[in-house]
Amino acid sequence: MKTMGKFGRYGGCYVSELLMPVLRKVEKAFLEFKDDRGFKAELSGLLKNFAGRPTPLTELKNLSCEIGCRLVLKREDLLHGGAHKTNNVIGQALLAKRMGRTELIAETGAGQHGAATAMAGALFKIPVKIFMGEKDIERQASNVQRMKLFGAEIIAVSSGSKSLKDAINEALRYFTARSATAYYLFGTVAGPHPFPSIVAHFQQIIGEEARYQCLERFGKLPHTVCACIGGGSNAIGIFRAFLKDKKVRLVGAEAGGLGLRSGKHGAALCRGRPGSLHGSFSYCLQDFDGQIQEAHSISAGLDYPGVGPEHSALKDAGSAQYVAVTDRKALAAFFRLSKTEGIIPALESAHALAAAFDMAKELKSDDIMLVNLSGRGDKDLDHIMSSPNHHA
Amino acid sequence: MLKNTYREVCEKKGKPLFIPFVVLGDPDKCKTFEIIRTLIQSGADALELGLPFSDPPADGPVIQAADTRALRSGIRVDDCFDILKEIRASTDIPIGLLVYFNLVLQRGIGKFYSDCQKSGVSSVLIADLPLEHAGEVLPEASKHSIAPVFLISELTDEKRLEKICKVAGGYLYIVSYLGVTGLADSVFENKIKMVIKRARKYSDLPLFVGFGINTVKQAKMAGRCGADGVIVGSRIVREIPDTERIKKTCRMFSKVFCT
Repeated sequence: MKTMGKFGRYGGCYVSELLMPVLRKVEKAFLEFKDDRGFKAELSGLLKNFAGRPTPLTELKNLSCEIGCRLVLKREDLLHGGAHKTNNVIGQALLAKRMGRTELIAETGAGQHGAATAMAGALFKIPVKIFMGEKDIERQASNVQRMKLFGAEIIAVSSGSKSLKDAINEALRYFTARSATAYYLFGTVAGPHPFPSIVAHFQQIIGEEARYQCLERFGKLPHTVCACIGGGSNAIGIFRAFLKDKKVRLVGAEAGGLGLRSGKHGAALCRGRPGSLHGSFSYCLQDFDGQIQEAHSISAGLDYPGVGPEHSALKDAGSAQYVAVTDRKALAAFFRLSKTEGIIPALESAHALAAAFDMAKELKSDDIMLVNLSGRGDKDLDHIMSSPNHHA
Repeated sequence: MLKNTYREVCEKKGKPLFIPFVVLGDPDKCKTFEIIRTLIQSGADALELGLPFSDPPADGPVIQAADTRALRSGIRVDDCFDILKEIRASTDIPIGLLVYFNLVLQRGIGKFYSDCQKSGVSSVLIADLPLEHAGEVLPEASKHSIAPVFLISELTDEKRLEKICKVAGGYLYIVSYLGVTGLADSVFENKIKMVIKRARKYSDLPLFVGFGINTVKQAKMAGRCGADGVIVGSRIVREIPDTERIKKTCRMFSKVFCT
């Protein structure tokens, strides 16, 4: 390894010795190709002509009036595939292709990353295996259908809690066995080095565009940037471009679930302790002994007991602040955006919106509140409409 | 009881060792004693014991199910050390621990190794701590005379192997299987031979083969390849809690290398 992927004291590569040879190969390929002219040209061509970048900024006139500041969305929901995940999968699938890998594997919780990887596999003609918890397969039927439509094979994971963290365990296991030919297309900025750095690299285009668009359109930087945090890839994607702008406040919204006191939430940064999970040292939800606890969120994409190590470092350094948004508040934001602006946000992104609504009163009427709308909410409709206490 | 080192046991026996693996506390605190005693009485030359962990990606599904059973029964890391102490009181064979790093971290690295020493543990293998991070625990391991065990496989190149051998203690754990299904026994034999030959160049530690030794035939073959011992996990864990069948399985393996 050239580096150990440290973000302050966080990150690293806490995996079995057996995975080190392949992770070194992935790191080497990433360092070789990320600044390669041919690679960059192919990537930006695909992002533009296949995925539809750049995505627009939308100023929400109706809601701005209601909340008392200028509310602006970065529209990753308009990206092909319906979420920011596309940025990462195209970048990594291209990397896998350059490495001559003959199989893509990926974990998925909500099925968004699984569907995105399956899509990239179809595009690049590489066979795809998706590891998904049995519980998630049940509750995310439409994404399972999408993956199948793209030709991916779905491996049902029945171990442990049968959800995202167990899908990652199973994918790591499979990757260890097939490390000579497979590429593990990791879905978020967590996991062992080099994945947190690779995923952040391919997602930082969100913030680069948004910062430029903000300056061009409004002639100034946003006062606050809000993003939701599961593993944290869309948040790192938009935060990175603003890290040097000391006056811009960065806010990450974690899954508050049924409330932090209930113990049923996914707020690793707000309520967890640093520990090692899935290959990196970062905040995670765990008991006294260090056994990892299950997360809870209405949004399957935030239902993860860990978080990317770069966020842990940003938290400790005070460079970003992290809040928890309950299921109820996220749902309210989901309905509010749909009704007031005609945009259906993903439940994940609705957490960021809800945090923005809460903080709006601290802003002046001309200040810009930029929210990363990381995905569209069509996928959540069945789930929300079938839940007994929705108030549509 | 005074503990013997892996090397002493190897020299004394003059044949490859049979080392069964089970998870501490599987299926519960009471039954685990009976199971481990059965292993010792059925020809175990050393023991490899796992601390149950909620997320064990380096283990296969059978071992993960054992971890889950143990944790569901309410077992804590403190209980595991109590169990270890009690086992040590009745045997002098080497006892190796297989753990995941977060359990070490949360206990405190110093306290963890100190507890290992107090409980008569011979070696510790941290399944998710590769060479690059080993420096985080090596000083404490050495301070408390706990041998640091490392994994190697056919994918470990010579440069890396040499570095691992410089810091490794106790024994070297040769991963035979890499989880690939349908590998022919002949391919398997050549691979193990190659890894053992390579490892001998850089280390005089005992070489144990494990991960995927499921049949007596495979155990014999590992012996023929020059292994100093075989570690048998899933094949035994599958039989839990049936102590009669555990006894039978252990006898079957231990007979292969009997003096």
